[in-house]
Amino acid sequence: MALATSFGPGVLGRLDGSVKRSGAVTRRNISALRSAYWLVVISGFFEPLLYLLSIGVGVGGLVNKMALPDGRLVDYAVFVAPSMLASSAMSGALAETTFNFFGKMKFMKLYDGVLATPVRPMEVALGELTWAMIRGSLYSAAFLVIMVVMGLTSAGWALLAFPASLLVGLSFGGLGMALSTFLTSWQDFDVLGTLQFALFLFSGTFAPVSSYPEAVRLLIEATPLYHAVELIRGLTTGSPHPVLIGHAAYLVVMGILGLAVAGRRMGRLLLK
Amino acid sequence: MSPFRRPRPAPDQVTGPVGATGGAQAPDAPMIHARGLVKRFGDFTAVNGIDVDVARGESFGFLGPNGAGKSSTMRMIGCVSQPTGGVLRILGMDPRRQGTGIRARLGVCPQQDSLDPELSVKENLVSYARFFGIPRRVAKAKADELLEFVQLTERADSKVEPLSGGMKRRLTIARALVNDPDIVLLDEPTTGLDPQARHLVWERLFRLKQQGVTLVLTTHYMDEAEQLCDRLVVMDGGKIVAEDSPRALIERYSTREVVELRFGAASLEDMAGKLAGLGERIEVLPDRILLYAFDGDEAAEAVTGRGLTPSGTLVRRSTLEDVFLHLTGRTLVD
Ligand SMILES: Nc1ncnc2c1ncn2[C@@H]1O[C@H](COP(=O)(O)OP(=O)(O)O)[C@@H](O)[C@H]1O
Ligand SMILES: [Mg+2]
Repeated sequence: MALATSFGPGVLGRLDGSVKRSGAVTRRNISALRSAYWLVVISGFFEPLLYLLSIGVGVGGLVNKMALPDGRLVDYAVFVAPSMLASSAMSGALAETTFNFFGKMKFMKLYDGVLATPVRPMEVALGELTWAMIRGSLYSAAFLVIMVVMGLTSAGWALLAFPASLLVGLSFGGLGMALSTFLTSWQDFDVLGTLQFALFLFSGTFAPVSSYPEAVRLLIEATPLYHAVELIRGLTTGSPHPVLIGHAAYLVVMGILGLAVAGRRMGRLLLK
Repeated sequence: MSPFRRPRPAPDQVTGPVGATGGAQAPDAPMIHARGLVKRFGDFTAVNGIDVDVARGESFGFLGPNGAGKSSTMRMIGCVSQPTGGVLRILGMDPRRQGTGIRARLGVCPQQDSLDPELSVKENLVSYARFFGIPRRVAKAKADELLEFVQLTERADSKVEPLSGGMKRRLTIARALVNDPDIVLLDEPTTGLDPQARHLVWERLFRLKQQGVTLVLTTHYMDEAEQLCDRLVVMDGGKIVAEDSPRALIERYSTREVVELRFGAASLEDMAGKLAGLGERIEVLPDRILLYAFDGDEAAEAVTGRGLTPSGTLVRRSTLEDVFLHLTGRTLVD
């Protein structure tokens, strides 16, 4: 940041201002951290771990080895662990950008005050998304360490899977924020929760999508968690394939679109 | 004598040309310049073509009842609401294109407090200062100084929630000052506060005014307008119906004194008939009759002289409330 102050006006100067203002939005959340919030954050980490232990290891003991796309046979836990990583990156990002973001925007009216300063709606969106990714990255890093310790992936592949999990967080964070601007009441979150749980169950998380009927498979392949799971599984199982770039591209586009929609809608909602 | 009434020469009104491009601004150019400013929500017109010029160091008020369009105007000036039509220049800049640059130099105290309930009193100020790009270290020092100014130092580490309405308002005012703004916008700074809390807020605002800060405030309290404003506009139904200093408005639209007459259960319309010819003007309100006269005591005597026996008689000086009533036929606060 010290370096940035040397930029004068102009594009770089403006970009620098924008980055700083987004950073201030992110930083506000760190000041707001309280013990109760940490409990929520920690439970968000244990959830996928419990699934991994009960289903990946427990149920995994009862089922045969799974065939990866490249033909290799792996333990069920190896198959399920990346799904849990992708899902936790998704839920961490969604929790922050739907429930919390909605609360700040419509309930606390926080951004009414923020937007009276030089901060712009898009900078609020960026700052909040960054915060969601920081939260998500803590989950992902901890979960990857556990996977390495349990022998479910190697340290090298875990290092590659980490940025991929950040991408998953960015992507769902953008989506969540965009969705939040359309929600009107807390009841809408029940619907959102159900949809999220359906994604969690059917996105090739516990069984390969090829085991579903054709129509269902096509539907699943259109939804985002599927791409997140495939991308991360490709990396943690050490089977990179050009198709992973396609999955990553899907997530990048969803993240950027979400952010753009969220920034625009916030401006419309709050700057009437 | 109230400490607010210290005489202070009103700054000359300036209507010099305004550079449309912003940046270097002539020292005598208006801080705020509006011509034919319009705000519509759908097909409802909240602000209907108003002209306003606010000079540097001036304390300027929008006085009007609820729904007059005061907040809509303030939000346009604060660059958080796009004008639907007309010309608006703030500090010589165009809100449509230079909103970020303008907001950097404004301090805003909105009608509804928008404090951060998850942060402490002091953190509210520090965090807000960061949105202006003020370094954290400087922000902390500034926060201490401002907490002192609004007398909240003891509550620095408290959450916002347990604060009284008056304390929240003072914190919001402190927050509006973190960036040493050129203009401070205050939308109904004391509405809903008890008299003591109001006086504390007034006293702080008066100090700002003395320091030469340009204040723009809205209110539907005439005493607030009289105490704080060098000049004000009276707004009603989205339009400006009068503009001048509080004193000049009272002189122009009202008499020196007013007699308030109450008649218990008797019909006020009948009583008004019997009062005809007394004073300069008679206004019948739902609960009382106002008799406008240069000399109130003399007029009150004339009332009893006609054999009328009011259940209550109050002689007072004329206020902006009377001006408003005269201009619109309604009271400010119903
Ligand atoms: N966002 C909005 N959408 C629709 N109507 C609005 C909106 N904001 C204000 N209004 C209407 O505009 C009028 C003026 O409101 P406002 O500027 O808040 O008045 P004041 O601050 O003088 O009480 C009111 O009738 C109000 O209902
Ligand atoms: Mg208002």
